[in-house]
Amino acid sequence: MDLQTITYLVVGASFALYIGIAIWARAGSTSEFYAAGGSVHPITNGMATAADWMSAASFISMAGLIANMGYGGGLFLMGWTGGYVLLAMLLAPYLRKFGKFTVPQFIGDRFYSKTASTVAVVCLLTASLTYIIGQMTGVGVAFSRFLGVSSETGIYIGMAIVFMYAVFGGMKGITYTQVAQYIVLIAAYLVPAIFISLQLTGNPLPQLGLGSAISGTDTSLLAKLDLVVKDLGFDQYTTSMPGSMLNMFMYTLSLMIGTAGLPHVIMRFFTVPTVKDARSSAGWALVFIALLYTTAPAVAAMAKLNLHATVNQAVGLETAPSGNLVVNPEKVTANADLYATESSLQYEQRPDWMKRWEKTGLLKFEDKNGDGRIQYYNDKTKSAEAKAKAEAAGWKGNELTVNADIMVMANPEIALLPNWVIALVAAGGLAAALSTAAGLLMAISSAVSHDLVKGVFNPNISDKNELLAGKISMAVAIVIAGYLGLNPPGFAAGTVALAFGIAASSLFPAIMMGIFSKKMNKEGAIAGMLAGLFVTLFYVFAHKGIFFIKGTDFADMIGGPNSFFGITPEAFGAVGAMVNFLVAIVVDKVTKEPPEHIQHMVEAVRIPRGSKLVDGAH
Amino acid sequence: MENNSASGYWTATLGLLTKILIIWFVVSFGAGILFAPALNSISLGGYPLGFWFAHQGSIYIFIALIFYYAKKMGDIDRQFDVHEE
Repeated sequence: MDLQTITYLVVGASFALYIGIAIWARAGSTSEFYAAGGSVHPITNGMATAADWMSAASFISMAGLIANMGYGGGLFLMGWTGGYVLLAMLLAPYLRKFGKFTVPQFIGDRFYSKTASTVAVVCLLTASLTYIIGQMTGVGVAFSRFLGVSSETGIYIGMAIVFMYAVFGGMKGITYTQVAQYIVLIAAYLVPAIFISLQLTGNPLPQLGLGSAISGTDTSLLAKLDLVVKDLGFDQYTTSMPGSMLNMFMYTLSLMIGTAGLPHVIMRFFTVPTVKDARSSAGWALVFIALLYTTAPAVAAMAKLNLHATVNQAVGLETAPSGNLVVNPEKVTANADLYATESSLQYEQRPDWMKRWEKTGLLKFEDKNGDGRIQYYNDKTKSAEAKAKAEAAGWKGNELTVNADIMVMANPEIALLPNWVIALVAAGGLAAALSTAAGLLMAISSAVSHDLVKGVFNPNISDKNELLAGKISMAVAIVIAGYLGLNPPGFAAGTVALAFGIAASSLFPAIMMGIFSKKMNKEGAIAGMLAGLFVTLFYVFAHKGIFFIKGTDFADMIGGPNSFFGITPEAFGAVGAMVNFLVAIVVDKVTKEPPEHIQHMVEAVRIPRGSKLVDGAH
Repeated sequence: MENNSASGYWTATLGLLTKILIIWFVVSFGAGILFAPALNSISLGGYPLGFWFAHQGSIYIFIALIFYYAKKMGDIDRQFDVHEE
């Protein structure tokens, strides 16, 4: 069977599974629709949270960005896992004890104000929509490559499928669907990584393989990679960092705080039976997430080495008769001349995967020196040595460009793994993108129908009409996200990082102060959220355009790109969060303290005893 | 529940949180970022140590921290008799 047929089969089977589960678990009452009746086991919930969490950004985009960034890519790894520590300790158990459905509901009740809850809805919608744009981009990339359609068509198909199971299944459908999706996506990520780790190092665990020597040699894989990339004029892999150390610090912090402030993740912790379970649920979620996150750096480094080895024979890997890419120990240790003429791959002999990706336009070759061979190096290098070598070899500039977002998808192809593995990766990528989009849509729909329509405009709305309002808001959100996904503000992971910044600067500080400061009042919380959201959006829109519409950026007006201490817009959420805290504390000091019963409520939220299952009544 | 033990419970909780957040900060922002260049001179197998903390180590420690927290909080709950029935 050819690759295309196998891909259709595997992706089709995985979709049939998700939709089947969604129909089987079709939700009945309002409370089941949103919170699965509060009856989900911590391990099940952990797995579903992991699927919800690991989106197209984690699955498709992240390892490719790490491969590009090297050591600095660790900001994604630490940022997107470290937030769970904050979530487990600072928010999850208390929000579970509070016992309501949604984040705006908590903020509205704790700050005894419909205005506060409405502001929270605005923050939630801004963060979630930005996040979904990134997902839709990922869905488009995945479909276009594997089903052989254009990326626009890919997005339309994705919109229809997300809409179907989010609308008909509700949260319960999603919880079990997401368990299935987790299993598909983690298998899809681990199988090729294990294959490749075995090929390169003989160690089946990628986490250990990355720290091992290349098979048959004493040369460690990372040392070899450092040597190769440095010789070709790139930054040393294990130390290179994009931007300053301060930017890496703030970027990591933004992602961590954002993780703990994203409503679709927080909502997960409303659905465990007890406060005790809410604490351990975050731990289980992180276990399942870490399986992918500790594998990703291995995928990144190994894919990078494989890519260099494919286009440069002197690296020391070669294609075995079986079709796999295998290590030649003598060549690896010989460190032959990467700049020798015969080292560069002849374009006519390029492997099939390059031809396939060339069609998508995401991988490009341009024969600048007309020798029919592919020279892949950093032609903008600061290394005088690399420059001199390239010149002496008659290289006229880098000839190969590889889009970072294709690294994971192309990884099994680069390693020349069997077709079923490649098909599995396609199914995994789609599972990741669709599951997260569906979780976000749940958060959006509950914010609009529950917190806005029922909470503010029409408290007497019937259960049925509330559900209807939720479904309509999902449909509207899908259309907006799909539309903006056609014209996204950056790589999938970059767009998603912006969403984290928005959540970090607006929701996290308000929720945290609501629990940890008895005296924080509504004026402080509202002013803090608005200030945090405003400065963050201002900085982001300055770089990426107003509401991400191309051509409306105004970075020059604020002193050029990254003008605030060299901090990039993706890293700005941490600054926004600090502004939020500061403004809230100052405003709180000059306004009157919250009423007695609210302070008692905070005391009650802090202790586990007396927690009850979330139900429809409130 | 008496007011006294309520504030005792909260103090114990905050003490635990502070302890864990210090470790959380030290492994990620400390070992993974601020001191990574210095730690890279030490190697752990084929890994430079600072690189390992940023790409592997901090994640393992995060998991351990959450389960340690969940266990310790359970102890504190029982000690102050506020655990769920």
